[in-house]
Amino acid sequence: MEDIEHIEKEMKLIDEKGVRLDGRKYDELRPIRIEAGVLRRADGSAYIEWGGNKVLAAVYGPREAHPRHLQDPARALVQCRYNMAPFSVSDRKRPGPDRRSVEISKVISEAFSSVVFKEQFPRTSVDIFIEVLQADAGTRCAGLTAASVALADAGVPMRDLVASCASGKIGGVVCLDLNNVEDNSGDADCPMAIVHGTGEIVLLQMDGHLSYEEFQKAMDLSINATSQIYELQRDALRRRYSVTLDEILKESPPAPPAPQAPPPEPVEEPEPASDSDFGPEGI
Amino acid sequence: MEGSGASLRQIVIPGEAVGGPGLKPGPGTFKSGNQILAAQLGVRSEQDGSVSVIPLNGRYIPERGDAVVGEITDMGPSHWLVDINAPYPAPLHATESPWRVEFGDTGQYMKVGDAILAFVLSVDEIKRIQLTMQDREARRLQGGMLVEISPTKVPRVIGKQGSMISMIKDATRCRIYVGQNGRIWIDGSDADATVATRAIRLIEERAQAFGLTEAVRDLLERETRERRGTP
Repeated sequence: MEDIEHIEKEMKLIDEKGVRLDGRKYDELRPIRIEAGVLRRADGSAYIEWGGNKVLAAVYGPREAHPRHLQDPARALVQCRYNMAPFSVSDRKRPGPDRRSVEISKVISEAFSSVVFKEQFPRTSVDIFIEVLQADAGTRCAGLTAASVALADAGVPMRDLVASCASGKIGGVVCLDLNNVEDNSGDADCPMAIVHGTGEIVLLQMDGHLSYEEFQKAMDLSINATSQIYELQRDALRRRYSVTLDEILKESPPAPPAPQAPPPEPVEEPEPASDSDFGPEGI
Repeated sequence: MEGSGASLRQIVIPGEAVGGPGLKPGPGTFKSGNQILAAQLGVRSEQDGSVSVIPLNGRYIPERGDAVVGEITDMGPSHWLVDINAPYPAPLHATESPWRVEFGDTGQYMKVGDAILAFVLSVDEIKRIQLTMQDREARRLQGGMLVEISPTKVPRVIGKQGSMISMIKDATRCRIYVGQNGRIWIDGSDADATVATRAIRLIEERAQAFGLTEAVRDLLERETRERRGTP
């Protein structure tokens, strides 16, 4: 027992030059990649890879709020489900909601409920689903960032995009975006979510202890990081639609390509069915 | 309809500034201080001193006067409940039907599963909806097939003053009704309906394209030549 504690104290998470175990500086993010519109059945969706995190977000709605008694006659509900796949962590996670995921779902839905124009859709609900496929610390921030893109992709009216990032303290130094090792053996972790345009903080949690000065430092780091993340979110959304726009602009002059099937038989019943199911493939 | 697309069709994301003072905030935008910001992901458009954002995606929200294609999902003694692809239930009262319906006889006229073309009679402030079929155009839809598209693409399918849809109708000899809720009813021979469906799918795919009308006309001409030309 004592031995283990001894080892933990010995573990140097950040060296004298300020370089962390994965080679990052104190104010560096892990690599992030966001893709919008990855699911066809959802109204809006996004996929994010954030260091070792892989998270899928889907948004439905506004749609009829399901248990009728939850409906609010004045505004829409913003409901969220954060869920971790059993294979997302090194030990199998017991599937289903637990104390932690219920809490995260709650804070994320509250974060979004302050940016969505809920009054435009009384009695409905906007449902956000966040599925963590692979976890490497900071999944709530990754999930929230992806969900924000998915929400915009779904065409839900909202004030602004929300970007989220955590900072914490490791080896006495305040650092941005802790990874799994740093989170487990660090001193504190403080995720926050920020509305880009106004700088409002819509999610703020803390695990561990930070002094007032340290907290200020952590907040500055996160705020700077969220503006970087915002750029990535914006690019993801632009890319989703500019791809189609570019293709259209390129392709429309020479007219659409020839019909994919050789047309000897004018009667091809299954085609419209598959079209309507999966959208047009090559028309 | 020429020119570089990037400058004309600017994609904006929620929270992005779309206009300053002197402009009025239109649909899809909101005012914050003296700036106008986008509320939705869409394409910026400016008209008569007001800016709006045309959404690229989104659910159908009913408005008074909309023509909608619906499906009967439930029945009461004096009303039908219609699914119009909106977040709200849409009842059609028996007195708003084209027939004189005795109390309890609703099932004699329309049953669960029937498709109808109806109009949105009213939407109140808490988004309670009422439908009506007291219109020359409104009817029960028998035969034919339904195609569902994104409601945000409906204006493109209809075209300016109905130019696009009448082109498809003429070329395919189909009867077509387009609901504002993104449901389209097509009735014609199997081959013709297939062509019409393809044309509609093409419009949906390329809703923001320049020269969309030409692309659709090409598709229609090619397909109809294959189907019935070539003597």
